[in-house]
Amino acid sequence: MAHFEKANSLHEWLDQRLAIDTLERVLAKEYWIPKNINFLWAMGMVLAFTFGILLVSGIFLLMYYQPNVELAFDSVNYTIMREVEFGWLWRHVHAVAASVVFLIIYIHMFTGIYYGSYKKGREMIWISGMLLFVTFSAEAFSGYMLPWGQMSYWAGMVITNLFSLGSLELNGLVEWIRGDYVPGQAFLDRFFMLHVLLLPLAILGLIGLHFGTLRIPHVNNQDGEEIDFEAEAAKYKAGNKREAKVISFKPDFLSKDMFVLSVFLIFFFYLVFWHYSFAMDPINFDPADPMKTPPHIYPEWYFLWSYEILRPFPKDPGLVAFGIAQVIFFLLPFLDRSPNVAPAARRGKFNIWFWTMLVDVIVLTIMGKLPPEGIYSTIGLVATIVFFALWISLPFITKNEKAV
Amino acid sequence: MAENSRRDFMGKVFGGWAALGGLGVLYAAKKTWDPLPSVKAAGFTTVDLSAAEPNVLNIEKWRGKPIFILKKTPDMEKSDRDVIVGKDRFMVAIGLCTHLGCIPAYRPDKKDFLCACHGGMFDTSGDNIKPPPPSPLVIPPFKVDGTKLVLGEEGPQYKKMKEAGITA
Ligand code: FES
Repeated sequence: MAHFEKANSLHEWLDQRLAIDTLERVLAKEYWIPKNINFLWAMGMVLAFTFGILLVSGIFLLMYYQPNVELAFDSVNYTIMREVEFGWLWRHVHAVAASVVFLIIYIHMFTGIYYGSYKKGREMIWISGMLLFVTFSAEAFSGYMLPWGQMSYWAGMVITNLFSLGSLELNGLVEWIRGDYVPGQAFLDRFFMLHVLLLPLAILGLIGLHFGTLRIPHVNNQDGEEIDFEAEAAKYKAGNKREAKVISFKPDFLSKDMFVLSVFLIFFFYLVFWHYSFAMDPINFDPADPMKTPPHIYPEWYFLWSYEILRPFPKDPGLVAFGIAQVIFFLLPFLDRSPNVAPAARRGKFNIWFWTMLVDVIVLTIMGKLPPEGIYSTIGLVATIVFFALWISLPFITKNEKAV
Repeated sequence: MAENSRRDFMGKVFGGWAALGGLGVLYAAKKTWDPLPSVKAAGFTTVDLSAAEPNVLNIEKWRGKPIFILKKTPDMEKSDRDVIVGKDRFMVAIGLCTHLGCIPAYRPDKKDFLCACHGGMFDTSGDNIKPPPPSPLVIPPFKVDGTKLVLGEEGPQYKKMKEAGITA
């Protein structure tokens, strides 16, 4: 057996058994962060914290929620909202966080695209991040089912129907996914399980993976500069903090993270207390009715862009386009052929590509919310075509990019 | 060397067992997620059509799905899809849009169905007349029994339609 000295403090006692000092050193004090990164790099921490908020508020909701088609609607809208003291708070916190988390994810993603943080050695950071995005999407969708309102029901109907895969007419597969001919008790139970157990577990695992992918290639920086982390860290440790291009995560960068986080939380709680309704669709305050479709159904704002890509086409091509839109971002590190790691502003045509893509996704989002008629359909169609044209052109415009 | 091949053998034995176990789990999972017998059994609905008014859409519920029943007026086009009960012609169809499953709304003045979700349209025979829906409304299994319609049972009229390939 290993040899142990008598510990003089709880800290020492734990350190002998769990190596907490070593852990802190490896994970925080000697985790090197480049100096020149701006507040956009704090979004990772904001996301981790928001996920924590979702987890805690979700646990409180879970104690009163009833996953039963007869009771679910009232357990949310009556029990939690009116009977449980502060039940409204947990619900609004949960709903606002679920919506805002996507805003931050999109900022995080487009920051990565802008600065080329998915390139050369950092591909796994990008891919694990996209896996997180997809899992978060599934988590959001399954959670949206639970209040069992009209939008829940019909979103469940429409999205599960996608699995009949168009003209392949795999209705057996759809019925198997639902456990019923239409969304019903079996459906609600399984989405409840996904939302409170399986998907959160997957998300926790993926967050671990996403953090892990950062360890070796290290975080990118504002100039895309290749930093010799060991040499710079040595300078820092020798006390030459001014010249070192890196700082330690704790306490140096953490202070910036925390500052950005606190600003975010002001915005977050402002929404929770004064504007929570933006995260709640009025149609979902009608109980689910399998015999009546709401006149205009649309997903939550963060899915609108991909929903709009589905709409302008006939069934099969629409599905294919939708499917591609879901996975195309995964391929970004391989479609961008330029070896440059630099902010888009310095990358010529890629700069145009980046801003067109950003605007296009915003246009798609707006069109997805408007009814699919007349001029809106046309704009939606054009924006969809632009979306695909951009992806097809990406390898060509980046192939001959000048070195910067 | 001999030791290595022994380890290889043990590895393969384990792999074999794991594959077998995996298949078993997959099979059990498939069966577990199938609709329950009670869900499947609640599959019959009887509707009396004697009081039906022409050009008034009745919506019945069968297997949780809405069923459209529309008594046709003489000026509506005849179709092979019509369900004939006595002297009357009916449109009988599952009222879920064949695009992504919304319920289209009947417009008695225009005599058509409009699906609000993505703007699809169907006529009074259930044929799709404006995309995105790729196919006509689905005709559920039915049996005509006097003036009554039994949903969920395949009667002779339904079988004939099915053979002609027009039920879906
Ligand atoms: S569901 Fe009817 S048009 Fe899409």
